[in-house]
Amino acid sequence: MQAPPPNFTNPVVKWVDSRLPVFTYLHKEYRGYPMPKNCNYFWSFGAMSGLVLVIMIITGIALAMNYTPHVDHAFESVERIMRDVNSGWLLRYMHMNGAHIFFMVVYIHIFRGLYYGSYKEPRELLWLLGIVILVLMMATAFMGYVLPWGQMSFWGATVITNLFSAIPFVGDSIVTWLWGGFSIDNPTLNRFFALHYLLPFVILGVVILHVAALHVVGSNNPTGIEPKSHHDTVPFHPYMTAKDGFAMGFFLLVYAYLVFFAPNALGHADNYIPADPMVTPAHIVPEWYFLAFYAILRAITFDVSIPFTGIVLIEAKLGGVIAMFGAIVVLALVPWLDSSKTRSASYRPIYFWFFWILVLNMAVLTWVGGQPAEGVYVIIAQLSTFYYFFHFLVLLPLLGKIERPKPLPRSISEPVLPTGGGPLPAGATAKPMDKA
Amino acid sequence: MAETSQGEKPQDESKRDFLYLSTAALAVVGAGYAIWPVINSMNPAADTLALATIDVDISAVEVGQAITVTWRGKPVFIRHRTEEEIAAAQVADMDDLPDPQTDEERTIVPQWLVMVGICTHLGCVPLGQQEGDEKGDYAGWFCPCHGSHYDTAGRIRRGPAPSNLEVPEYVFLDDANIRLG
Amino acid sequence: MKSFLMAAALALGVGVATLPAPAVQAAGEKPTPANQSWSFDGFFGTWDYASLQRGFQVYKEVCSSCHAMHLVSYRHLEMIGFSAEEVAAIADDYWVTDGPDEWGDLYEREALPTDRFASPFPNEQAARAANAGAYPVDLSVIAQARKYGPDYLYAFLQGFRDVPPEGIELRIGQYYNYYYGGAIGMPNMLWPDGIVYADGTEATVAQQAWDVTNFMMWTAEPHLQTRKQAGLGVMIFLIVLTAFLYAVKRKLWADVH
Repeated sequence: MQAPPPNFTNPVVKWVDSRLPVFTYLHKEYRGYPMPKNCNYFWSFGAMSGLVLVIMIITGIALAMNYTPHVDHAFESVERIMRDVNSGWLLRYMHMNGAHIFFMVVYIHIFRGLYYGSYKEPRELLWLLGIVILVLMMATAFMGYVLPWGQMSFWGATVITNLFSAIPFVGDSIVTWLWGGFSIDNPTLNRFFALHYLLPFVILGVVILHVAALHVVGSNNPTGIEPKSHHDTVPFHPYMTAKDGFAMGFFLLVYAYLVFFAPNALGHADNYIPADPMVTPAHIVPEWYFLAFYAILRAITFDVSIPFTGIVLIEAKLGGVIAMFGAIVVLALVPWLDSSKTRSASYRPIYFWFFWILVLNMAVLTWVGGQPAEGVYVIIAQLSTFYYFFHFLVLLPLLGKIERPKPLPRSISEPVLPTGGGPLPAGATAKPMDKA
Repeated sequence: MAETSQGEKPQDESKRDFLYLSTAALAVVGAGYAIWPVINSMNPAADTLALATIDVDISAVEVGQAITVTWRGKPVFIRHRTEEEIAAAQVADMDDLPDPQTDEERTIVPQWLVMVGICTHLGCVPLGQQEGDEKGDYAGWFCPCHGSHYDTAGRIRRGPAPSNLEVPEYVFLDDANIRLG
Repeated sequence: MKSFLMAAALALGVGVATLPAPAVQAAGEKPTPANQSWSFDGFFGTWDYASLQRGFQVYKEVCSSCHAMHLVSYRHLEMIGFSAEEVAAIADDYWVTDGPDEWGDLYEREALPTDRFASPFPNEQAARAANAGAYPVDLSVIAQARKYGPDYLYAFLQGFRDVPPEGIELRIGQYYNYYYGGAIGMPNMLWPDGIVYADGTEATVAQQAWDVTNFMMWTAEPHLQTRKQAGLGVMIFLIVLTAFLYAVKRKLWADVH
């Protein structure tokens, strides 16, 4: 299906468009943009994350107008928002739980990409921009968590900034520079607030690039084969807008449940205790969305040294930091690590299983990241960390060589046409997912 | 696609349009409800509103003296007027006033004049509260910024200010206490 | 098919969401308090105003001799059913520091409804000095700052034992609380008929603990009831909107083969 060419009748629209063709552009990118018609609801998570970003920015600006970034007033100003500011409790709970839901949506979005091979040629840059967004999101979420100045804020900030002290020679200077002092204190809170306000707009910029890059190469789809003609696609509007709209309605229900009925369920009670630099809470646990990476960080409990010489190459502390950042680096390198030409896991019988093992492994890492770093938990974390890297660095390059992909349909429309008598809903072409 | 929709009955089409319109209307209403808390959060918060009313003890202000208190972030002039001042304010000819108001309209009891001490021209604080202050040609208050002269009832008599000094809402709780706001 | 995909998406989302729930409780393990049925629980949760007012009385007559609640103002008490006059009378009983006056000195004055709850000690050091080194924490948001929230507070208030179990040594000024999980610098403060309720309710220990826990939940989140009531409206609206969006999607995609 194709969208009709732009035909503007409104004289104001015409006048503007002939001078600055914004309407022609919008028509091309959102009315005419051809979407493979077999995309399932996993393709709505991109639009959803865009919606959360907008909600986060709007509520964030309103909160910033009532927040005081000072160690003596931060906690109280947040509680003033909860008590005295009109609808302040709503804005704060929306912002707080928006962070949780943002990561949920984005993680599903990423796993969708991994399952359907959305990172493969020609979409490598699109994938890399996505990873940049993820890293920026993590930085923003981390700094935002510091702002209420509760115990978890303070000690989370202390632990994470101390990671940089693992860098040889200059580590301590870098940490002092990050803090603007000799511990987490008012200068740190001030700069975190400034950056927490800034970074979402940087994210917005990269999101625009992410979408622009997507619209150059076109969307992937559950079969992983490129659309052959306009018979394989539908115009983005109204088809995808309607589909995304329904998905968003569903997603808003989940979000509203969290905000109105379980606003603190995903948080930590300790963050309602004002920050105390003299007392560390018994268990410092990051928010759930960081637990997998936190587990990888803590899994490296051993020095890497040259055998029999006792010369330490990498101390455990540095090793943990390298592993944690490496976990994101290997994710960024997936387009070049995966040697298979077949995109969709639905046509890759072996990768299909390893994909789900990876999902399970991430769940294990997330779980173990919340457990104390002792005893059997350390072993589990180490095995899981090993498997994480094994998946990306060994399995992905290897599978493409040994796996025999199932035969691909000739076109997106093909799986439907032979059987097709009646008008099947478009999602029916996402048949391969039945196996999952 | 186009062919199929052409084949449909017009009835169907209007039903479809109704569905689209009502869904769009619902979404717009929802968005409106969602954005209101954001806008409303910029209105004065409960703690700010709670401080919008203050009680002032005026028992210590002697005849001929004035005090300045802060109310809603603004100076409020409370003057215990002398008999002469009251008389001067009461006899003023309405035709001479740029913003005609009788003295009775501006006070609850003649002895006490309560007003917001902000010049109605461009927001400066007029002189006249302290003993040695320049009080202007009408022995009331004088705004040094652009030369507005106010009389003993705080009415504008000469100068660029368009109206009299504002009288805030207040009540006498008893002889010695007033409540502003 | 489609519903299956939605289910998978939801399952994954929910799965991820519930994973971190088992936050850890290692050394010094605290017993899990019993799950109570509070009036503010659930989708239709509301405040029990009578209990909140009694709870304020318990806080005022028992807890406030050591524990501050500096995030709460007297005027907030109007939210739990006290009239403006009653609030003014309550505030009048307290003294707060204000100033400086025209001589540059701080002075004491009677509290106004707009003032925060007066604290029993001027600062943490003074509080520690008066309590054998222990710091009575601020109770403003305590119900959110403890795992199991109100269930824990209710159990804790009734968890004092005269004789500690084997192996736990109490120093001078220490007491044993089962639900705290060991020795604590706070003694049992609730006694049968330790206070006389203004509304005539029998002041058992359980009743006092129940009421003051209710009150602490309210001070922690005064807008809880508003939140739940608004939430119901929002959920109903979103269900209707989502149904409409689904109908639109179905209609549009009916053409797509």
